[in-house]
Amino acid sequence: MIKFEDVTKKYGSNIGIEDVTVSIDKGDFVFLVGPSGAGKSTFIKLILKEVCEDKGRIHVNGMEVTRLSNRQTPKLRRSIGIVFQDFRLLPNKTVEENVAFAMEILHISSRTIRRNVPQVLNLMGISSKAKKYPHELSAGEQQRVAIARAVINNPTVLIADEPTGNLDPDTAWEIMQLLDQINRRGTTILMVTHAKDIVDRMGKRVIAIDKGKIVRDDRGGTYGYYEDEEAHSFLCKPGGVFDSNVY
Amino acid sequence: MFIRGIGHAIKQAFIQIFRNRAMSFASLFSITAMLLILGLFFILIVNVNMVTESAKKQFDTIQIYLLDQTDQVAATQMVHDLSDLEGVAKAWYLSKEDAMKEYKTKWGDKGYLLDGFTENPLPNSIRVQVSDLSLADSVVEVAKKFEGIEDIKYYQTAVDKLLSVTNYIRTGALVIILSLVVVSVVVVANTIKLTVLARAREINIMKYVGANNWFIRGPFLVEGMLIGFLSAAVSVGLVSLIYSKVMELFGTDMFLMFSVTMVPERFLIVNLIMIFMALGISIGAFGSIISMRRFLDT
Repeated sequence: MIKFEDVTKKYGSNIGIEDVTVSIDKGDFVFLVGPSGAGKSTFIKLILKEVCEDKGRIHVNGMEVTRLSNRQTPKLRRSIGIVFQDFRLLPNKTVEENVAFAMEILHISSRTIRRNVPQVLNLMGISSKAKKYPHELSAGEQQRVAIARAVINNPTVLIADEPTGNLDPDTAWEIMQLLDQINRRGTTILMVTHAKDIVDRMGKRVIAIDKGKIVRDDRGGTYGYYEDEEAHSFLCKPGGVFDSNVY
Repeated sequence: MFIRGIGHAIKQAFIQIFRNRAMSFASLFSITAMLLILGLFFILIVNVNMVTESAKKQFDTIQIYLLDQTDQVAATQMVHDLSDLEGVAKAWYLSKEDAMKEYKTKWGDKGYLLDGFTENPLPNSIRVQVSDLSLADSVVEVAKKFEGIEDIKYYQTAVDKLLSVTNYIRTGALVIILSLVVVSVVVVANTIKLTVLARAREINIMKYVGANNWFIRGPFLVEGMLIGFLSAAVSVGLVSLIYSKVMELFGTDMFLMFSVTMVPERFLIVNLIMIFMALGISIGAFGSIISMRRFLDT
């Protein structure tokens, strides 16, 4: 499904990721953890072909990302659903238009769109918000819209980049339930997160990256970083990634 | 699929224009302003052209003054010979009495002053109207060889001056119009760039969701063209309004003072509509394509 073979990406002299070899199978639910600047974002950007690797090969959904031309990039991105920490909804479109947009770019008929959009909104529990604009919704509701948009075309892979980063613990957990539900229906999920309690509670596969390298890959793993006192104090200091004032 | 894409682009363009009213209005306003200035220059140039053309006509007559001893028969022969020359539209004999009448009409109210002459000082003359000013010299050369001629007058220097002035006006006008077109494309591209910049994030999101470049560009392109079309309509309306007011105020004065008519409104407006529609729509289209380029490179 997603396969990295000996992939290296550097930004000048800074290492993004280095010699990473990893494979994520269909139906997996994977947490990608690690301190800020460890290479998590580079990992995601490489999958989406937002940046190109210096070395190695990347396969996503049977496409060799390395060999895709710029014109073929949209095709790759359509086979992947994406959810971001900051939702990235189109501000000038209503909830249902935001979700419909993902179908419109595939030139799906408006009849199918009119049929599918309410179903997905219902699944996400936001049917009543269909006519609202993103700024009229709570953060949790906006993330539900983003997830609805990400899954409406039945992607084989859903990438979630800190989807709970802007949410309070209860709402975050609701979103996790939603993602779990999507995963159970066969969608592979790759989620970047800093939320220790969520990772520990879900008990899924955890891939930890540090300084551009995979340092741990556990099935049924835990977040693990709190075991390291030095990392804990580093991450939780004011301005650190766990500082509650930052997120 | 292609048709559906176009349908989507048109629908989205209308929605975008409405939802981004302020920005749409800003673009509309700047294109309209440019076209308005352009239109006024266009009108000025067309009219200057018309004035010079008709003024030129007034200088296309050669006057050949005859000695008093030259009789009517010889004069008639000259008229006949001149009429056969290339470049001559018309040649006719004007007696000294007719010339006096002509003066009196020209002087109008003051015509009675000419009654003071006891003897008519004007000579008999032949007038030659040339169809092509560049051939006037050769006509004069032929006329000089006639017997019984006192003098030949034609406004060669005046005509030469007029021709060069006309040329200057034409080139000057062309330069001004061209630079105005360039300026308006730049201004419009910048205005649209602002609207695109305001939506850079939106475009980025569209790319993440997997939209290809034409799918993103389509609505913006249609939007640009629509705004260009509307601006053209508004500015044609304004220009024709201004022109009809000017005609009302100065049209008759112009005729009386320079015996020149202004270009008729209808003719001008029909041309303006065609030119402005083409210009407005392409300015809008090019503006949006140019200003989006940066955001679609990857």
